[in-house]
Amino acid sequence: MTTPAVHLKSISKGRVRWLEPLIHSGLGFCTLISIITTATIVFVLAKESFGFFQEIAPSEFFFGTSWVPMFKPSSFGVLPLLWGTLIVTFGAALISIPIGLASAIYLSEYASAGKRAVIKPLLELLAGIPTVVYGYFALTFITPALKVVFPDLQVFNALSGAVVVGVMVLPMIATLSDNALKAVPDSLRQGAYALGATSYEVTSQVVVPAGLSGVMASFILAISRAIGETMAVTLAAGATPNLSFTFLESIQTMTAYIVQVSMGDTPAGGVAYQTMFAVAGLLFVITLTLNIISQWILERYREVYQ
Amino acid sequence: MNSQQMRKNDTAEVVAISEDERILGIDDVTICYSDNPAVKNVSFDIARNKITSIIGPSGCGKSTLLRSLNRMNEFISEVSLKGRVSFDGQDLYAKSVDPVEVRQHIGMVFQKPNPFPKSIYKNVSWGPTVNQYDGSIPELVERSLKQASLWNEVKDRLNDSALGLSGGQQQRLCIARALAIEPTVLLMDEPCSALDPISTAHIENLMYDLKSRYTIVIVTHNMQQAARVSDYTAFMEMGNLIEFGETDQIFTRPQKKRTEEYVTGRFG
Amino acid sequence: MPLSIELSKPKQRESLNKRHFKAKIFARFCACVTWMGTALLLILLYQIFSDGLSWLDWDFLNNFPSRFPERAGIKSALAGTIWLISLVAVFAIPVGVATAIYIEEFSKKNLLSRIIELNISNLAGVPSIVYGIIGLTIFVRGLSLERSLISGALTMSLLILPVIIIASIEAIKTVPISIRSAAFALGATRWQTVWSHVLPASFPGILTGVILALSRAIGETAPLLMIGALTYVAFVPEGPMDSFTALPIQIFNWVSRPQEEFHQLAAAAIIVLLTVLLAMNSVAIFVRHKMEKKLQ
Repeated sequence: MTTPAVHLKSISKGRVRWLEPLIHSGLGFCTLISIITTATIVFVLAKESFGFFQEIAPSEFFFGTSWVPMFKPSSFGVLPLLWGTLIVTFGAALISIPIGLASAIYLSEYASAGKRAVIKPLLELLAGIPTVVYGYFALTFITPALKVVFPDLQVFNALSGAVVVGVMVLPMIATLSDNALKAVPDSLRQGAYALGATSYEVTSQVVVPAGLSGVMASFILAISRAIGETMAVTLAAGATPNLSFTFLESIQTMTAYIVQVSMGDTPAGGVAYQTMFAVAGLLFVITLTLNIISQWILERYREVYQ
Repeated sequence: MNSQQMRKNDTAEVVAISEDERILGIDDVTICYSDNPAVKNVSFDIARNKITSIIGPSGCGKSTLLRSLNRMNEFISEVSLKGRVSFDGQDLYAKSVDPVEVRQHIGMVFQKPNPFPKSIYKNVSWGPTVNQYDGSIPELVERSLKQASLWNEVKDRLNDSALGLSGGQQQRLCIARALAIEPTVLLMDEPCSALDPISTAHIENLMYDLKSRYTIVIVTHNMQQAARVSDYTAFMEMGNLIEFGETDQIFTRPQKKRTEEYVTGRFG
Repeated sequence: MPLSIELSKPKQRESLNKRHFKAKIFARFCACVTWMGTALLLILLYQIFSDGLSWLDWDFLNNFPSRFPERAGIKSALAGTIWLISLVAVFAIPVGVATAIYIEEFSKKNLLSRIIELNISNLAGVPSIVYGIIGLTIFVRGLSLERSLISGALTMSLLILPVIIIASIEAIKTVPISIRSAAFALGATRWQTVWSHVLPASFPGILTGVILALSRAIGETAPLLMIGALTYVAFVPEGPMDSFTALPIQIFNWVSRPQEEFHQLAAAAIIVLLTVLLAMNSVAIFVRHKMEKKLQ
């Protein structure tokens, strides 16, 4: 008795033969969009900045201390804007890094599972609040509260900007650092406690150093976010480029300036309009550099525990 | 010197250790994880400057018991201990006793080597530094590494990362680290189970040398190891102590049938 | 000879006490600071509700913005936001999920794929205002789409695309390889495996990521300002080419005014915005919980 020959059914295979590569290409095309986006960003910023630097010498832009692009006599020194971004970011870091790290330590080393279950969602909530809401908070609560301590405080000032941005990036630092600390294996803690050490000693000298790369990466990401922040800082800190050591007066950050240009009636194509791209280009380069550094730290110093 | 009296401990066969021989006393100890008992009514003593091993099949509670000797169980929530663990006659779990201080006297080496991601030197020096050792720390580090039989291999690279050492070397580093705080008792929780046979032999020789200075309590599921190194052996099963006595006697003339079955390899 | 441990030298006892004291202070400090942060959230919510609740009524939802606070409302802003999110969902979700599928399932793990992933995580960190500039240059001016809903939606889609991609990749990564192997062994093609097995399994994770990305898009203001979302809009958009305003823009506009009443109006609008976000996040959390339960 011979076994009948088996004919492989290939009905569906017929259709699949041309559908599959088509889908493959479709998906690939979608992936291309993300590459095109980056290319577009770089291209647009570079092209317009190049045009800008045909008119204005780079040395004036990068080293000039006066920023008056819209009126005559005009000057195009970006330092006041850079300075504004810097002091807001610096103040925000001063607030958010210690508090964020302390919160992360509390969450990973001290808090019970119950407390953790309450605080972590609250942090996610804080992180999800839109920046314009923080701007509102700055004007209606933070600035008046600060005015009690600093009577000379103006309505728009760098200090409020720093505080509100600090509060904004705090949940980010807390969550990311908590993840980094939780990833430190428990065996390290056990080994440290077994040597007769207190929780402070174990946490500060063994756990945090072991999770340091993740913690540092979170700091850098938060700083990058603070630099790129627009709405809250515009509402809180104002629109006056200012290069003095002033926390109580209005300043203008790079982001606030970009918003100001776009909302105004600056004619497209002129040098004044191109300042938007030059400043945005600078902003892009700074945040990109910081993001790459944080990724590099994570990769290079990824703790090997075994 | 030893007064050998057979003492019935519930149904356990326990050899008594005289008071001046005894360094750690375990007295009717029951340990529960959220009401599930892991160790039930265990009583036996640890003799000074001897190696005591605790053997038994997996899950019999030997690690739990070991960890209760230096109050390391406290990091697990919902753990409760009934009974008395005494160190030199003093109740380790009394309200006035500081667990941090307990661990300065009773050190621990863990199953998987867990060196800190720091330099070799820093690993050994960290414990004494934090405990505010008032002597020369470099000398202490050298002494500890020598006692752990690791000095010659690392003396030229003390500032290298500890993670670059092999498994056996890392475990010896952990032993040196534990010795650096100058404890009286050293607890070892299956210290060789993650190591190759050569490293294991190395560490077993080490234990022999350390005996003169320290008291060692070792948990092991390797019976041959227990037979090779220890002076006294406790056999546990399912949280209960079945038998405790001198190692020769446990392995050649066990008093309980269960012990005999375990040591002849009929189960576990 | 018995040693005594409790009677350690007074100097040692003292130094131990100091160390314990330090540890206690540190623990208290960390706890305090953490609860302070949550207290801040409560203050924020209290401020918003006390300012805005009284202005929140049906008229508020149904009126257009006005110079007169009593007559002002968020009808146009709400309509604009709804239009915007719908369009963003249509653009961003398929492209984002498709990209994630391609990266995880179809591409070979080589240098190119590494570059693509690096590129995406960098895009995730680009400030939203830069996306606004691109939107302005490419969509509004370049493609002459003017200050329309579609310009806004395309800009926002680019902004949240990296977020969707990263979340989807994470979700797809959690699907065990065994599921794919089983499908291949039965003669399925790669796409059939993805469509019938991988996608359904990673669906909850992807859904969570999508919802979170969309809620991010709802709250973003800067890119919309850049592409020219108007701040005084007294009509409801009727098609994708219409100009528009959105909730965050309206809030920004009202907060920028000096009058107290407008700040309170802003608070009312914020309540609406936060309610929408809370609803969306609750759905995401609910889905995540169900997913975790299923895995158990």
